[in-house]
Amino acid sequence: MLKHEVVEARSSADVLVVRQQARAWAVEMGFSLVEQTKIVTAASELARNMVDYGLGGTVELEAIENGSRKGLRLTFTDQGPGISDLDLAMTDGYTTGNGLGLGLSGTKRLMHEFEITSQVGQGTRVMITRWR
Amino acid sequence: MERIPILQMGQFLLVTIQVDMHDRLALALQDDLTNRIVKTQAQGVLIDISALEIVDSFIGRILGNIATMSRILDADTVVVGMQPAVAITLVELGLSLTGVRTAINVEQGMALLRSPFGASPEERDTHAQT
Ligand SMILES: Nc1ncnc2c1ncn2[C@@H]1O[C@H](COP(=O)(O)OP(=O)(O)OP(=O)(O)O)[C@@H](O)[C@H]1O
Ligand SMILES: [Mg+2]
Repeated sequence: MLKHEVVEARSSADVLVVRQQARAWAVEMGFSLVEQTKIVTAASELARNMVDYGLGGTVELEAIENGSRKGLRLTFTDQGPGISDLDLAMTDGYTTGNGLGLGLSGTKRLMHEFEITSQVGQGTRVMITRWR
Repeated sequence: MERIPILQMGQFLLVTIQVDMHDRLALALQDDLTNRIVKTQAQGVLIDISALEIVDSFIGRILGNIATMSRILDADTVVVGMQPAVAITLVELGLSLTGVRTAINVEQGMALLRSPFGASPEERDTHAQT
């Protein structure tokens, strides 16, 4: 691990900070503009989900390495109500709010790795990675 | 609270989004635009998003809502200036922006609003099918 940083996300204003930090890290790590845009969009989706459904949480940003490959990993952790049916939550168009139901499924398409774990009553953790 | 300014140009309303919007600001824009369309009886709305660095599902939904709302109020909406990286990301995210007309820049957007068929996607689609 090269370095890491933790950002709190409790309000919609914090979602902006998460976007800014994700952008700063993606730029510093040399991702292309399109890759930066994908990373920032994914970060925005997951940070908003934490604020809207997970009672707020934290975002950990890490620069990781796998052999000669560098990657940016973002981990979103909240202690909210959790998700009872992950398959359903991952379905395009599924929403319990009044969203488009694209945040989770779309984020998975934008990143190279996507891992979600959730326990009802305990919280949700989503880890996403994009490799260079 | 901070607001995104809406300019009036003849029968059209013009919005240039210059800041990274938090969700409440985007919702306020949706409300403000609806009120202004009613008050000014505008025929078209042009939204310049060339400064926007991302369009996520929330902003996508707001743009869709604005287009729907203005159509109900008999005005057309055109979104202009989307950056290529944003467009690529949007497609992968799965956002189709159904019902939202787009144009490359402000000039083309204005031309679309002024065209005899208007900018309504339904009219355009019907036209294309026949
Ligand atoms: N951190 C979370 N805690 C609890 N539930 C969540 C969390 N993230 C997502 N969910 C649940 O999963 C559903 C799907 O999430 P997703 O982000 O795909 O769609 P959405 O947020 O409803 O709409 P959109 O993201 O398109 O605006 C949400 O409606 C919510 O019920
Ligand atoms: Mg969401």
